[in-house]
Amino acid sequence: MSDGTMTKQTGQPIISVKHLKQYFDISDGFLGSRPLKAVDDISFDINEGETLGLVGESGCGKTTAGRSLLQLYKPTAGEIFYRGKKIVTKSDIAEFRKKATMVFQDPYSSLDPRMTVADIIGEPLDVHHMYSSKEERREKILTLMEHVGLNSEHAARYAHEFSGGQRQRVGIARALAVDPDFIVCDEPVSALDVSIQAQVINMFAELQEKMNLTYLFIAHDLLVVRHISDRIAVMYLGHMVELGKAEEVYSKPMHPYTKALISAVPVPDPKVAKANKRIALTGEIPSPLDAPSGCPFRTRCQYATEQCAAEVPEFKEVESGRFCACHRLSEIN
Amino acid sequence: MSAENNIKKNPLSLQVNMDDFIPATDSEKEYMVQMRPSTTFFKDGVRRLIKNKVALVSFIVIVIITLMAIFVPIFWPYKYESMLGMVPGQPMDASFNNLRPMEYSVTEQAKLDAGEKVFPHLFGTDAQGRDYFIRVVYGTRISLAVGFFASLIVLVIGIVVGSISGYVGGTVDIVLMRIVDIIYSLPDMLMVILLASVLRQTLDTALVGTPFEKVGSNIISLFIVFAVLYWVSMARLIRGQILSLREQEYVLAAQTAGAKGSWIIKKHLIPNCISVIVISTALQIPSAIFTESYLSFLGLGVNAPMPSLGSLASDALNGLSSYPYRLVIPAIVISLIVLSLNLFGDGLRDAFDPKLNG
Repeated sequence: MSDGTMTKQTGQPIISVKHLKQYFDISDGFLGSRPLKAVDDISFDINEGETLGLVGESGCGKTTAGRSLLQLYKPTAGEIFYRGKKIVTKSDIAEFRKKATMVFQDPYSSLDPRMTVADIIGEPLDVHHMYSSKEERREKILTLMEHVGLNSEHAARYAHEFSGGQRQRVGIARALAVDPDFIVCDEPVSALDVSIQAQVINMFAELQEKMNLTYLFIAHDLLVVRHISDRIAVMYLGHMVELGKAEEVYSKPMHPYTKALISAVPVPDPKVAKANKRIALTGEIPSPLDAPSGCPFRTRCQYATEQCAAEVPEFKEVESGRFCACHRLSEIN
Repeated sequence: MSAENNIKKNPLSLQVNMDDFIPATDSEKEYMVQMRPSTTFFKDGVRRLIKNKVALVSFIVIVIITLMAIFVPIFWPYKYESMLGMVPGQPMDASFNNLRPMEYSVTEQAKLDAGEKVFPHLFGTDAQGRDYFIRVVYGTRISLAVGFFASLIVLVIGIVVGSISGYVGGTVDIVLMRIVDIIYSLPDMLMVILLASVLRQTLDTALVGTPFEKVGSNIISLFIVFAVLYWVSMARLIRGQILSLREQEYVLAAQTAGAKGSWIIKKHLIPNCISVIVISTALQIPSAIFTESYLSFLGLGVNAPMPSLGSLASDALNGLSSYPYRLVIPAIVISLIVLSLNLFGDGLRDAFDPKLNG
């Protein structure tokens, strides 16, 4: 972490995920069921004060990873550590809830239509009894609203009276209510239009600085992720294929999937765009119910060999702070 | 400037008249940015409900009938159970029996002739000399009370079972829903009649000495019948609502905040299906009144001196050819209550849950 290009100071791991697996049972006809491997053995650390971007195409398990990380699902296997302490019991989870929150993708369905903005933001405070009087509660809610740029007279209004951007601000204020260290942002801007996206993303950055927050920023928009992230993790079909510093992953992608992904990012300069070669992937992403053997990406990878079909590549550190899961890494790069 | 304006313009000219474009004054600007007052879902629904004339009239009818049922017995000079011909220490005066509407008995006529005032018998009296109007009013009171409380019981059981089944899911859901299926598959009428007659006997002995004794074992058994049989459709309805609501992200958000299941059901799920609950309760009341009426008609309803609309109709069958109005009056009251409650329930549904309209 001693890289000169890094502007933010990031510290010890705040969250460590070790071999997290999240399978869902899909009922298969009358009796049997088979597992849907939404997240299959991922491990990573998130350091204090940083933003880890998590990218991948739709259905690759990003959202599931974020949710099982927050213990919203009971993980099938694997361990999650918060500040070095393993989260096991119910009381661990209850403690963890006060420190780790979430901002949701859909600003429409994530706010209860029957509650006023003040009650939505105050709900985590109510749940954890984090105030001693009504005035204190109101005071806290108004401070939170101010943090996210909402007017105090909005407090008594209902969510349907707001625009998408304002609603997302309400969602962010709710996530901040318990004064957390860590926030999972699950595609928080993908439902907003571009001009609002910029505002909200800049607000995330400001809040991070002001309140010393750590983010896991899930998105499929690579430009957004590049803008806000310190490090980027790439997922494919429930597996993590690459992890590294944001600029390095962008300028020097290692995994063939990351290469294809980066090459698909539109570049505003037509000259540069022409010079860049677009790596077109063939085929569809396989169903996680029927994942390929060995490397999950081998069915669409131009470099695939027999070894890729036989063995699952190990997700290992190839350079300092740079992880990648590919058998033919040295040959490709 | 004024000279320019005075020039008469060619009517075909496309030149813009600058007088049409004056800057807005401050008060006009203020008017434009005025924020619409925050309307709640409830206010919106009430507004739509008031616009619906049929529902509004039905509501007024219900209110009038209910108020009459509550307050008329308080000041009415006759009691529902008192036989007017029976005065202690005097021989029975049979002229009080079977009076026609607005007719007076011999003694009353004598009082009138002497210049005294006698309260008229609006609907006459029955075979035992009881004022029929107050009996109808009291019967309405009983029927409404049964309808209201039975629906309340159904509502409470339905909400508890439905929300637990819907929110918890899994095995709990399967077990609860199979119980519902079993109750659903039993023939309603048969079960109602069996339960009512069995419960009556056991309750008769069990209730002695309790405050419920006065209410009568029959009404209590009616409530139990409703509680046992009619909660199932309410539970199914609420379960269905909650199954779809629990997938909403705000439920996940509450879970992220550490809220427990009971909190989520209470704060998020039930408030969000309250319109469905209110509507189906409003539609449950007339069906409960109707069930009570025909049970009373069959003799399984309220205890003897106490009238209900159904038992009044049943009693009227004896003198049907001579006194048809004794059947017609309670029948009209039942129809009026059931019809207006149904129409009001429909209005509620249209106003609060436009999606449900089908």
